[in-house]
Amino acid sequence: MSAATTPLLAIRGLRAAYGKIEALKGIDLDIQAGEIVALIGANGAGKSTLMMTIFGRPRARAGEILFDGQNISSMPTHEVARLRIAQSPEGRRIFPRMTVRENLQMGADATPGSKAERAVSLERVLNLFPRLQERMEQRGGTLSGGEQQMLAIGRALMSRPRLLLLDEPSLGLAPLITRQIFSAIRTLNCEDRLTVLIVEQNANHALRLAHRGYVMVNGLITMSGDGMELLQRPEIRAAYLEGGRHA
Amino acid sequence: MRDRGIVFIMKNAVVSALLALVLFSLMIGIRTESGPSGQLTYWTRFGELAAAVGAVFVGSIIVETLKRWTGSIGPVELPETVRRAFAMLGRLLTPALLLFALLVPVIFYNQRYLLDLGILVLTYVMLGWGLNIVVGLAGLLDLGYVAFYAVGAYSYALLAQSGLPFPYFTEASPYIAINFLQPGPWAFWVLLPVSGLLAAFWGMLLGFPVLRLRGDYLAIVTLAFGEIIRLVILNWQELTGGPNGISGIPRPTVFGIPLTPGEDGFAALIGVPFSPTHRLVFLFYIILALALLTNWVTIRLRRLPIGRAWEAMREDEVACRALGINITTTKLSAFAIGAMFGGFAGAFFATRQGFISPESFTFQESALVLAIVVLGGMGSQLGVALAAIAMIGGFELFRGLDQFRMLVFGGVMVLLMIWRPRGLVSHRAPTVFLQKQTEIASSLVKEGRG
Repeated sequence: MSAATTPLLAIRGLRAAYGKIEALKGIDLDIQAGEIVALIGANGAGKSTLMMTIFGRPRARAGEILFDGQNISSMPTHEVARLRIAQSPEGRRIFPRMTVRENLQMGADATPGSKAERAVSLERVLNLFPRLQERMEQRGGTLSGGEQQMLAIGRALMSRPRLLLLDEPSLGLAPLITRQIFSAIRTLNCEDRLTVLIVEQNANHALRLAHRGYVMVNGLITMSGDGMELLQRPEIRAAYLEGGRHA
Repeated sequence: MRDRGIVFIMKNAVVSALLALVLFSLMIGIRTESGPSGQLTYWTRFGELAAAVGAVFVGSIIVETLKRWTGSIGPVELPETVRRAFAMLGRLLTPALLLFALLVPVIFYNQRYLLDLGILVLTYVMLGWGLNIVVGLAGLLDLGYVAFYAVGAYSYALLAQSGLPFPYFTEASPYIAINFLQPGPWAFWVLLPVSGLLAAFWGMLLGFPVLRLRGDYLAIVTLAFGEIIRLVILNWQELTGGPNGISGIPRPTVFGIPLTPGEDGFAALIGVPFSPTHRLVFLFYIILALALLTNWVTIRLRRLPIGRAWEAMREDEVACRALGINITTTKLSAFAIGAMFGGFAGAFFATRQGFISPESFTFQESALVLAIVVLGGMGSQLGVALAAIAMIGGFELFRGLDQFRMLVFGGVMVLLMIWRPRGLVSHRAPTVFLQKQTEIASSLVKEGRG
C-alpha cells in the first residue's frame, strides 16, 4: 500500500475519556483504502474505546477523525454509520429475538440502496458464510457463538461498507471457526477491496491477516508497522504471543 | 426425586401453614375499624385465622399428594394429530373472531347490555393495540398511556363545544359550508383525526424528555406524565370544568345524518321506526373499524423499516445506532403513533359517553391496558385482543361478586404468569420471509421480565 495517497481514515491526536478516566491519550492512526489494519493490545488498553469513538460514543475530547477527508468526530453515531462505516461490535450484539434474515435486513435498512443492491449484498454475505443460509429463518439468539459472529459481520456487510470495523471477532470462538472468519475477511479484502480495521487480542492471527498493525498500550499507540514485521519483534512476542501460544 | 415420602409432604404442609400464619395473623387475625367517636377499635378473630391456616395445611397435603400420583406438572407432549388440530384451530381463530365481531350487533341486537359490553371490550382492544406499539414493539414501558386517552377525549369534547369552524352540508349549497357558531353534524368525523393528531403531539412531548431513559426509569416518568395530565385537567376549572367534567358532547352522526327520532334522522331517512339501539350498533361499528385500523396500521408498519427498527431498538439500542438507525426519531415515532391511537380511542370514548370527567382517566386505566398487553403476549395482536376480551369480559362476569372481583383477577393473573409467563399468544411472527411464514416458538419470546 502506498503511503502517498490520502488515507481513507485518518485519526489525529484523538483523546477520549469516560468521565475523568482518560481512555485515549492522543492517538494517531491511518488506514489506506483497500488495507487491513490490525489494532492489538492488552485488556483495557483502549482498543474498543477507539473503535467506539470513531462512532461518536464516547465523543472525542480532542483531535480529529477524518473519513475520506471529512471530520466525523462530532457526528452522531447513526450518521457515521450512514457514511458506510460499518462495525461488528464487541459482544456481537445481534438482535436475539429477530430471525437471521431480519437481522441481515436491519443492516441494510438505514443506508440508501436499491432492492437489487440489497439482494446482491445478501447473496455476497451468504456466499461468504454459507452457514447463515441454513439458519435464515432461525432466531438470532439460537445461533452458536461462531454463527452469531458471522451474522454480526454479515449484518455489517449488508450496508456495502467502505470501511469495516471488527471488534474482537475471534472472542470466545473455537480455532476452526476463527480461521473461517479470518479467511472470510481476507476474501472480502482481496475480492471486494474492502478496507478493514480489526481490533484483536489474538495478536498472532490478527497480525498475520493484516497488512499493517498498531500496538496500543494504556491509551497510546506504542508501535506500528508491517504486520509480519511486528510479529517478529521480540517485545511483541513477549507481551502478546507467549501467553497465547497454546491457542 | 420421584420418591416424595409422607415426611416430605408433612414438612411441606407445615412450612406452608407457618407462612400462612405469618401472613394472615395481621390480615385476618386482627380486625380494625374506626369506633363511634373516631378512635381506632380492634378485636381479634383467632377462629377465622385458625380456619385459614388449617385450609392452607390441608390444601398443601392434597396438592402434594396429587403431584405424587400424577408426577410433576410439566409440559405435556401432545400427539401429532391433536397438535395439528390445534394448529388449524389457531389459524381459524382470527377470521372466526373477526366474523363474530362483525355479527355481534346482529346476534345481540335486542340485548343492549351485551352491545354496550362489546363496545367497551373493543375500546380496550384498541387501546391495547395502540399501547402494544409502544410497549410490545418498541419495548418502551409506558405507564401513562391513559394520558393520551384523556388528551383525545378532552380534545374532542372541548373543540366540539368551542365554536371553531365545522363543515356541514346545507341544502342551499351541496358543498361543504362552514359553520362558525356550533358544532355541525360532522363534528365527530372532523375532530376524530384532530384529536388523534393532538394526542400524537403530546406523545412526542413526552418522548423528548425520556429519550435517554429506559426500563424502570422510563416507567416512572411516564407514570408521572399520566398523573400530570390528569391533575391539570382536574384543576384547570375554567377550561375543563375540573371534577365536574364536560357534558353535552356531540354524538356521532352517520356521516352527517343524526341518529335522532326526528324526521331528518337516520331512521326516518331509511324508513324504519326509530330505536335507540341504532346508535349503539353504529358506535359498535365505529369502534370496530377504529380498532381494525389500529391493527392494520401496526401490521403494515411492522413490515416497513420503521417497524423493524422499533423491534430492533427493543432488542439492542446500541447495535441499532451502529447500523445507522436514528434512535431519536425511532423512539419519538413509536410514542407518537401509539399516542395517536390512544387519542382516537379517547375521542370515541367522549362521543360515546357524551360526558367525560377526570375520573375516567386514572392510573388504573393505564395499568389495565398495560395488563392487557402483557397478558396477551408482548407484541402479539391476537393475544392482545384475547386478553382484552378475557379481562373486560371477566370483570363483567364477576360483577355480581363485587368485592371478590379483584381477588379473582389477582388469582388469575398469578396463575397465568405461572403457566404462560410469556402471555397468552406468545409466538412472534417474523416480518421478513421467503415463501412461508414460520412461527417463532413461544419459549424464545420475551418472558415477563422488567
